[in-house]
Amino acid sequence: MTVEEVRAQLESKFGEAMGALSETKGDRFVVVKGDVIVDLCHFLKSTVGLEFDYCQDITAVDWPGRNVIEVVYHLYSLVHRHGIVLKVETDRSAPAVATVEGVWKAATWLEREIYDLFGVNFIGHSDMRRILLPDDWVGNPLRKDYKEAGGYHGVGNERVDPLVQLTKVTDEKRKAIAAAAAAEAATATTTATTTTTATATTTATTVEAAATAAGAGPSSEGKG
Amino acid sequence: MKISLALDSTSLTRRYPRLAVLVTLFMAFGLPLGLYVAALAVFPFNRPELLNAAAKEWLGWELAASPYRNLVYTGFLLLVAFIAVNYTAVFGGVSTWVERRVAGRMQSRIGPNRTGAAGFLAWVADAVKMVLKEDTIPASADNLLFRAAPYFSMVGLLLPFVVLPFGESTVVADMNVGVFYVTAVTAFVVVGILVSGWASNSKWALFGGIRGAAQVLSYEIPAGISLMVPVLMAGTLSLQGIVRAQGGCPWEWFVFQNPAATVAFIIAVTSSLAEGNRTPFDLPEAESELVAGYHAEYSGFRLAIFLMVEWANMWIMAGLAVTLFLGGWQIPFVSHAVYESARGSGLVPAPTWFLLQVASMLVFIVKTWALVFFFIWLRWTLPRVRVDQLMTLCWKYLVPGAFLCFIVTLLWLLVVPPMAVKITGILLTVFAAALLVKFLRDTRRNIDRVKGDRVDLSNW
Amino acid sequence: MAIDLELDRHILQRTSPTEEEIVVNFGPQHPSTHGVINFVTQTNGEVIRRSVPDIGYLHRGLEKIGEQVPYPGYMPFTDRIDYLAAMFANEGYAAAVERLLGIDAPPRAKYLRAIAGELCRISNHFISVGTMAQDIGAATPLTHALRERESVNDLLEELCGARLTFNYHRIGGVAFDVPEGWADKVLRFLDHLDSYIQEWDRLITFNKIFVKRLAGVGIITRAKAIDYGLAGPNLRGSGVNFDIRRDMPYGAYPDFDFNVPVGTGRVGILGDCWDRYFVRVQEIVESSKIVRQALAKLPDGDIQAKVARKLKPEAGEAVGRVESARGEMLYYVVSDGSEKAYRLRVRTGSFMAMGIIEELSSGIMVADLIAIIASLDVVAPEVDR
Repeated sequence: MTVEEVRAQLESKFGEAMGALSETKGDRFVVVKGDVIVDLCHFLKSTVGLEFDYCQDITAVDWPGRNVIEVVYHLYSLVHRHGIVLKVETDRSAPAVATVEGVWKAATWLEREIYDLFGVNFIGHSDMRRILLPDDWVGNPLRKDYKEAGGYHGVGNERVDPLVQLTKVTDEKRKAIAAAAAAEAATATTTATTTTTATATTTATTVEAAATAAGAGPSSEGKG
Repeated sequence: MKISLALDSTSLTRRYPRLAVLVTLFMAFGLPLGLYVAALAVFPFNRPELLNAAAKEWLGWELAASPYRNLVYTGFLLLVAFIAVNYTAVFGGVSTWVERRVAGRMQSRIGPNRTGAAGFLAWVADAVKMVLKEDTIPASADNLLFRAAPYFSMVGLLLPFVVLPFGESTVVADMNVGVFYVTAVTAFVVVGILVSGWASNSKWALFGGIRGAAQVLSYEIPAGISLMVPVLMAGTLSLQGIVRAQGGCPWEWFVFQNPAATVAFIIAVTSSLAEGNRTPFDLPEAESELVAGYHAEYSGFRLAIFLMVEWANMWIMAGLAVTLFLGGWQIPFVSHAVYESARGSGLVPAPTWFLLQVASMLVFIVKTWALVFFFIWLRWTLPRVRVDQLMTLCWKYLVPGAFLCFIVTLLWLLVVPPMAVKITGILLTVFAAALLVKFLRDTRRNIDRVKGDRVDLSNW
Repeated sequence: MAIDLELDRHILQRTSPTEEEIVVNFGPQHPSTHGVINFVTQTNGEVIRRSVPDIGYLHRGLEKIGEQVPYPGYMPFTDRIDYLAAMFANEGYAAAVERLLGIDAPPRAKYLRAIAGELCRISNHFISVGTMAQDIGAATPLTHALRERESVNDLLEELCGARLTFNYHRIGGVAFDVPEGWADKVLRFLDHLDSYIQEWDRLITFNKIFVKRLAGVGIITRAKAIDYGLAGPNLRGSGVNFDIRRDMPYGAYPDFDFNVPVGTGRVGILGDCWDRYFVRVQEIVESSKIVRQALAKLPDGDIQAKVARKLKPEAGEAVGRVESARGEMLYYVVSDGSEKAYRLRVRTGSFMAMGIIEELSSGIMVADLIAIIASLDVVAPEVDR
């Protein structure tokens, strides 16, 4: 069955609760009203000819511009080998939708993850608690306006920008680095205990430059 | 000149490879040799009357009348015990090396090969490392029991060595209740397991301890009954007596003398594996389930004791099986009269006697090592049974099997004439030899079947 | 710590433990939980009343990262979603973005994707069955399996430069072409592999103790498997004959002739641990078949379609599905017209498999829990992302 046929069969049962088939690029989906979703899913699963027995995925997308959080259901039928994508739009300020746990057990954990990362409450869920993050975590990370809370139980989240700027090392610069390294080696007695903590931030694009820069105080090269 | 002691990672043996080989050879041969020489020098005198005679002849001292005689006897006994304990420790350590190398070969890798030639000093290094580690005791553990638990196990390990006959006359004390003593005393190990599991105050350790107790106590029964079969056949509980009742050639071993004894041997070996917590019965310390089980909270020397108990226990199991079923130290075609005549009169036996002793000890060692190798082989091949399957095996199969063997042996001894026993011995030996040949041929065929595989003993 | 007590409270609220029961944590550091996963288990010593998985220890926020990194730049991150079967993770993401862009990879790239993917499946299944044997207690099969896997690692290293996190696929194709003589090496390995699998079967698959530990344990019926959304060998082990490669064909798979192994309850009951294990062993054989066919029919041509450096797909959404070694991997990409994804969702087979463990856990023994976790082939990075 094609998506149009499935949608037509659904519309004949649920009428105005069904939206139109989407026209955007890529896969097509159908927006449905949140209050019929459980009945709709029961209908999809039990009707002969439809028999959507496999819940492939339930996820959510946060649209702060439209002030909705979409809950997306990817459903599939192993019997008939057809699928459909349903979307329920929930109010972003208090997102809630009934759980489809009674239709497919797979929804139990999938909905918990949405609760954890988006904050959508699934009414009637048997075990509505966080799944990936610790129970006392504050906030829902996958929301677009998520701000980190400044640390967790004493572990801070301040960090230097991990995307280090890479700069090109030209020939002149390489010679200058080599000269500086030679000068330093001549003055200091080297022991075997050179710590190489700073080599991680050297920005040389060639290996030799990195090797010579190691002894010559890499601070200037690192952040440049 | 660069002075670079701190971070120079080249070890002494790496820089001087010949030194490594020398040290290894010294440890590998010198230690056991030293133990053997000490044993041979000491064991012929380990009875009070012999000590009296020796003191009289060499020191001119009437020991029997001296008020210090008990002190001297005790001191001598302590010396003998010292040798036996060292034997345990050395062979426990060496069997870890053998296990690691053999396991490595079976797993397509090498095993330890850095410390000493062929990695032989790895067990010494490990022992030293264990002793030097911090001795941690969990804060909520029961202090006294936690500290005492390893020693219970160690006592249970060391005591059976008292009656194990290493050679014709090299046995610490040949008690006339030898088998009974051994079964009684090996139960001490389970006390150690249980106490350590409880005293660690950790749920994991408790799991391991309870499992261990259930397992060892259950398997005491088939072990005990199957060990009675050679007792019946020999007519004595003394271990030396049982060995003397067998002969040197394979068809004179008890295991081949009647079919019930063969089955009893298999039951005895299986039960020993279970008592010693070896795979496939290593549930108390099931690494992939309980992360070390009853010795999870132990570190340093106490852990070393637990580990030594496990490996040296393998030796005890093998040694017992060899003594009771596989002919012990009996050399083929050398009867008891030969030893008697070689001894000669006089206090110190003649050199031929010593040579015969060494030969009998070698026979015992070789047989025991073969069985130890078989245990190692089993460990690295078979998966672990589940605890209820373990109990089912014990109570539904091994216990009735052991009883059956016992009864069949009784009837056999009553009914079958000696000539038939000899024929049975030869038949079963031929059958076992045929099985061995078939096994080797099958192995060869399996290796050849896999494209790109071949028998390669070259990379040690 | 406060966290543990919270979780205990959830369990204790559901089934009040009697005096003889204890609540113990299997993990998160444990040799057999296949990564950092915690199983809070209520047990009386051997029999488990309830075991609740506690996940999230390896949560790295990869879906959030997908919203902050441009489309082509996210490919190395997909390796980390499942580092044991990284080719499929790469392929799923590439498939989703290609669908969004409306482009198709050239035929040679599709074949190379199939070859690399099936070799990766062989590698992953060796780890899976090897660690399963180790969890059951046999230490040796693991080293043998890893030895065979080393050959695959070496082959893939020659192909794409990495042994584990391949970063081989690109949006529109693959990154590198087949090196000189690589095809012969692969064929030689496959010859050895086909005879080695028989030795593996003799050593461990039909070993009496192994069978007794796995047969009849952790039975997942067909209906339950579908209901809980299991995928891949877990689903097929319960008798459901469904494979994305054959039933929702993608890439070069329509050109290949291969069987899809399905559990039959051969030594126990349909849907037990042994069935799932045996499906994986058979899949190794099937993968070897596919690689042979692909190498024989490898077409010439480009290995990557012409794609802009800065990808800006039109607003829309697309789903890319691949039959990963661990089940169906579903990538759901939502685009808003910018060069970074608006939403990137990865649904993995292991996540669904974790969901069924609590259901299976009541009344089994501790050793069985280990066997079930191993047979479901769960890896922490896929569960937590």
